[in-house]
Amino acid sequence: MGVHESKLDLDPIVVRPSSGWVPLNLSAVWEYRELLYFLVWRDLKVRYKQTLLGVVWVVIQPAFFTLAFSIFFGRLAGIPSDGIPYPLFAFCGLIPWQLFAHGLVNAGNSLVLNERLITKVYFPRLVIPLSAILSGLVDFVFGFVVLLGLIAYYGVVPTNSLWTFPAFIAMAMAAAVGVGLWLAALNVEYRDVRYTMPFITQLWFFLTPIAYPSSLVPEKWRTLYDLNPMVGAVEGFRWALLAKNEAPGSQLVVSLVIMLALLVSGLYYFRRMEKNFADVI
Amino acid sequence: MSDIAVRAENLSKLYRIGHRERYYTLRDAIARAFVAPFGWLINGRKPISDAAFPPSASVSQSGIPNPPPEFIWALKDVSFEIKHGEVLGIIGRNGAGKSTLLKILSRITEPTEGEAKIYGRVGSLLEVGTGFHPELQGRENIYLSGAILGMKQQEIRRKFDEIVTFAELERFIDMPVKHYSSGMYMRLAFSVAAHLEPEILLVDEVLAVGDAAFQKKCLGKMGDVAKEGRTVLFVSHNLEAIQRLCGRCLWLDHGCVSLDDKVDVVAASYFARVHRDVKSKYRISQPPARRPKEKACLVEAEILNSGEKPCEHLKFGEPFTIRMLWQHFAEIDGVAYAIRVHDTRERFLFAVNTLSTDLRIGSKGLHEVLCKFSDNVLVPGEYDVSIGCYIRPHTSIHVVDLCVRLIVLNVPHRTDNGFNIVGDPLIAIQASWIQKQ
Repeated sequence: MGVHESKLDLDPIVVRPSSGWVPLNLSAVWEYRELLYFLVWRDLKVRYKQTLLGVVWVVIQPAFFTLAFSIFFGRLAGIPSDGIPYPLFAFCGLIPWQLFAHGLVNAGNSLVLNERLITKVYFPRLVIPLSAILSGLVDFVFGFVVLLGLIAYYGVVPTNSLWTFPAFIAMAMAAAVGVGLWLAALNVEYRDVRYTMPFITQLWFFLTPIAYPSSLVPEKWRTLYDLNPMVGAVEGFRWALLAKNEAPGSQLVVSLVIMLALLVSGLYYFRRMEKNFADVI
Repeated sequence: MSDIAVRAENLSKLYRIGHRERYYTLRDAIARAFVAPFGWLINGRKPISDAAFPPSASVSQSGIPNPPPEFIWALKDVSFEIKHGEVLGIIGRNGAGKSTLLKILSRITEPTEGEAKIYGRVGSLLEVGTGFHPELQGRENIYLSGAILGMKQQEIRRKFDEIVTFAELERFIDMPVKHYSSGMYMRLAFSVAAHLEPEILLVDEVLAVGDAAFQKKCLGKMGDVAKEGRTVLFVSHNLEAIQRLCGRCLWLDHGCVSLDDKVDVVAASYFARVHRDVKSKYRISQPPARRPKEKACLVEAEILNSGEKPCEHLKFGEPFTIRMLWQHFAEIDGVAYAIRVHDTRERFLFAVNTLSTDLRIGSKGLHEVLCKFSDNVLVPGEYDVSIGCYIRPHTSIHVVDLCVRLIVLNVPHRTDNGFNIVGDPLIAIQASWIQKQ
């Protein structure tokens, strides 16, 4: 079901087969921003219904990871943390990581979970994975508040770099959108994707400086390592809030380029496959 | 501005039913992988483009290329025009391409060939309750469903009370819809949809569900819509509803336009044709695809006489059994089978379903189920049996309309007391007569 409008009565909606790569037509997504808002709202409403702890779950997971990392990596293995108290170091890395990883998985599953909408209603399909990622932003806000508490507890005084943190969050989200769109579109066709996602995120986790600082990576591997856009996002986020580690420089440029490549290719691939979604899903 | 609301030209849609792997040999697949290493990323498994046509696609005598057996034209060269304010009915049997046509016009899927131009705001209603979430309250679902329908938030807020009143759910509006009865659910869902105000409305058989009173109310509302001068395209296989609502009717048969004329003309020939085709035994014509869209499929259905033997016809008053064989491709929670019986004038006589029985039919695999009617109240004549499979409250999985024909002969099953008819009654009930001393 759906109502869509042609700009003028004289300007009809034309339905015809498309072929090959199609324009992104992001303005159509903008026209459907209310639907985007309602889908995010639905996700949030439904997610913690009939749970005892509700939104506290958002914080429990990173809190326990932080605890485990602090014991095994910080204490027992003695992994350095750029002079930052280890629990703060780890938690500060986990918060943007979760935004990325959950966004990626939720977006990847989003089309398949909304099969009925796709086969019965017209709207730009991009709205679905985007809403899945945006709803993770609310979880992020709760985690962020706890992080601010931790920062105060450890007596770290933020510097002016604090105001750059939204840029790094935007980076993490853009990367999640890029990869998420690829996975979502592939998942429609090949349900194998569902099984690869936990594996992808776990592997990616170890390639990202969350439990260890990127300064631990040998210099000769750094360029290769920096190809992971989450390296720039996580290190940058940590720098913005704690200002203890090195300011991100050239690594950020590499991360940005890769992130943009993922985002643009994801968008185009998604748009190309979109026309088959309703038939194949 | 022209007075045309919708113009469709040669709309065609090709679907594939099998798997590509079956068609190409392994050697082909490997060779292709060398030529285009990432082809699978772009083409997927279900391309509907010229490239998907294998070289062996034959050409029939008429010159039209026949698709190979893995492909099927769900729609072929469908052209028509609808004027503003016109109400066009589309009729046809299951799989005739009705729903595909609506999906193309509402831009859910693309045509393989051809083109359609639509002049005006389009609203489509392919299913009642799309986007409803069981965990959310009625109130929340109105907003959610409204947004999915394409209504602006402001518009929903303005019409909110009207929607609730039409659905007659004032008292339950803050209850999660998972606690609604299926009737309440349908009423709320339709009510939201009915308050859509597009210039062109595309409606699929959403009236096939819900109780009779509510169906009537919906038809009334649809009639209002038509009278307001909006353009309506109404798909159904219910002749009566189409005749009541539409002036003109398009009959689709195997993806092609079979007839496009005044509704009475189309209705008459459709009626004659459909009722010639039905048989007393149903068997699926081809095995379902390996990854079928539907979770269950009716493989066989037939009518058994009082001796539990398959039969062409029953005697008057003879108890009978409908035997069906279902194949489930997955486990289906809360599944129910249903049987509906219509007379040949399309009047709905009765329905039975497995909802309140203790049948365990949720599991994957084959299920053979018998439905016994120990009292046969049908007067001599012909009846159409439709068989379907549903998930509560109203999601249909697989429905075969006019699946088998039931013929009751004018020969009594029992010659003893109380079972004979005089005149032309609707039903015949056996009674016992006792004389008080």
